[in-house]
Amino acid sequence: MATPSATGTQHDRGTPESDPSPPRVTRMGWRGDSLFLLQNLILKDFRIRYRNMSLGILWSLINPLVMMGVLTFVFHGVVGGDRSPAFPLFVLCGLVPYNFFASALITGTTSMVDSAGLVKRLPVPREIVPVAAVLSSGVHTVIQGALLLGMTLAYGLRPGTQWFWLIPIWILYVTFVCGLALGASAINVFIRDTRYVVESLTVVLFWLVPIFYSFSIIPAKYIEVYKFNPVAALVLAMRNILIDGLPPPMSLVVNMVIAACVAMGLGLIIFGKLKPRFYEHI
Amino acid sequence: MSCALRFDRVSKTFSRHTETLLLRERLLEMVRPGKRSRFEALRRVSFELAPGDSLGLIGPNGAGKSTLLNLATGVAMPDSGAIEVNGRISSLLELGAGFHPDLTGAENVRVNAALMGLSRRETAERFDEIVEFSGVRDFIHEPLRHYSAGMTVRLAFSVAVSAEPDILLIDEVLGAGDQAFYQRCLEKIQGFQRAGKTMVLASHSSELITMLCQHALWLQKGAVMAMGPAREVVEAYRESAARPAAS
Repeated sequence: MATPSATGTQHDRGTPESDPSPPRVTRMGWRGDSLFLLQNLILKDFRIRYRNMSLGILWSLINPLVMMGVLTFVFHGVVGGDRSPAFPLFVLCGLVPYNFFASALITGTTSMVDSAGLVKRLPVPREIVPVAAVLSSGVHTVIQGALLLGMTLAYGLRPGTQWFWLIPIWILYVTFVCGLALGASAINVFIRDTRYVVESLTVVLFWLVPIFYSFSIIPAKYIEVYKFNPVAALVLAMRNILIDGLPPPMSLVVNMVIAACVAMGLGLIIFGKLKPRFYEHI
Repeated sequence: MSCALRFDRVSKTFSRHTETLLLRERLLEMVRPGKRSRFEALRRVSFELAPGDSLGLIGPNGAGKSTLLNLATGVAMPDSGAIEVNGRISSLLELGAGFHPDLTGAENVRVNAALMGLSRRETAERFDEIVEFSGVRDFIHEPLRHYSAGMTVRLAFSVAVSAEPDILLIDEVLGAGDQAFYQRCLEKIQGFQRAGKTMVLASHSSELITMLCQHALWLQKGAVMAMGPAREVVEAYRESAARPAAS
């Protein structure tokens, strides 16, 4: 039965500040299937994106191929620094991780605001939104990754057991990007310029990651900084595995573990702190 | 658990200028804090519903009905007070949140079912039932942008009720379907009530509230004006609305 006692409140002009009780919400919460939801959100993104493109997934391949061609022409043909014959492969090893980072972080950052209709109406766990955005960018990366592996074989490099290292290092890398996207998407709800800051940073990062130059030309005083850049770390590990046919050095893997844990931890803390006020600001 | 849904002195305020969201304003705000005025959307609202109760929310636009439902759903947090929810809650607030015009009806059903909290198995099991109830089977593999507004609402309503919630929240959504579908929705809602489900219905229609709800709560500018048996509260609300500018 509804308690009929509430009529007394109609003369109550007390402001919320005068009410000392902190807000308390007891609920069983959203008891859905998070993995099923995540899969559906990724599929939704994928379908929407590709249904509006006449060439479909070819677009995922054209961008890295064009970039690879241009960078090879400029830095191999015109400037003429690196003379290794596998230079296009070398560049692609850098482009695939970088492209994922840039597109996943930018769509992840705007994801909360872009999903306003959903966030304001349904009590789904909010963390799913930026994670789904990052993972659906991963669909492009899988296609580009297939291209990369195909090119590796075309250059006559043989797969070995070191290829298994690709799995853990990519899991670490995706975790790192998810952490960044969680934090950035939450901040973007309150400060809408965040997306432009992130876009600018990804442009800067293109030059600070050894995509078209080799790690060996970096002066010694900057090496430590590079090693702690998780994007650069993944690029180095990819080259170790695919071109040199070696497992990545342990120090690099440790750096990636640290980066993934720190980014995810900070991302979740920032997201959790800002989450209760999303509704008013989206 | 004795209650399905309980609000205890729940207040919620919104700031008036939430559109100033750029860095410049944020920095200015740090220099000169506390310049925003806030308004109270809900003011110390208390009520308690036992399982099987139905409550109608009545009041003019901007009275706080939707805010109350949003707090109950859990998409918004109260500023003070306590909210207790026992059971799976599903809202028919603005149906079709998460629907996308480029996806087909079937694809939208799956995404929306997952959003509503259905598992993979439940979605597969209930898919036919959902499509059947919506009455848009012939168009289910067409993109949603070819649907009429009525068809979209029917599809969304069908997904929402398939979630089998313990507590159902409804907010003025039944308007867009045609008369036959409206009738089927009412039957479905009454079926929910017979099954002992709890319901909160926000509506401008006094008829709908007296027909579907035992209790009613009259909100005005965020405050509870009256609460009790639906017929009495609706009557009081009508009388006050008939008096021009009585406040």
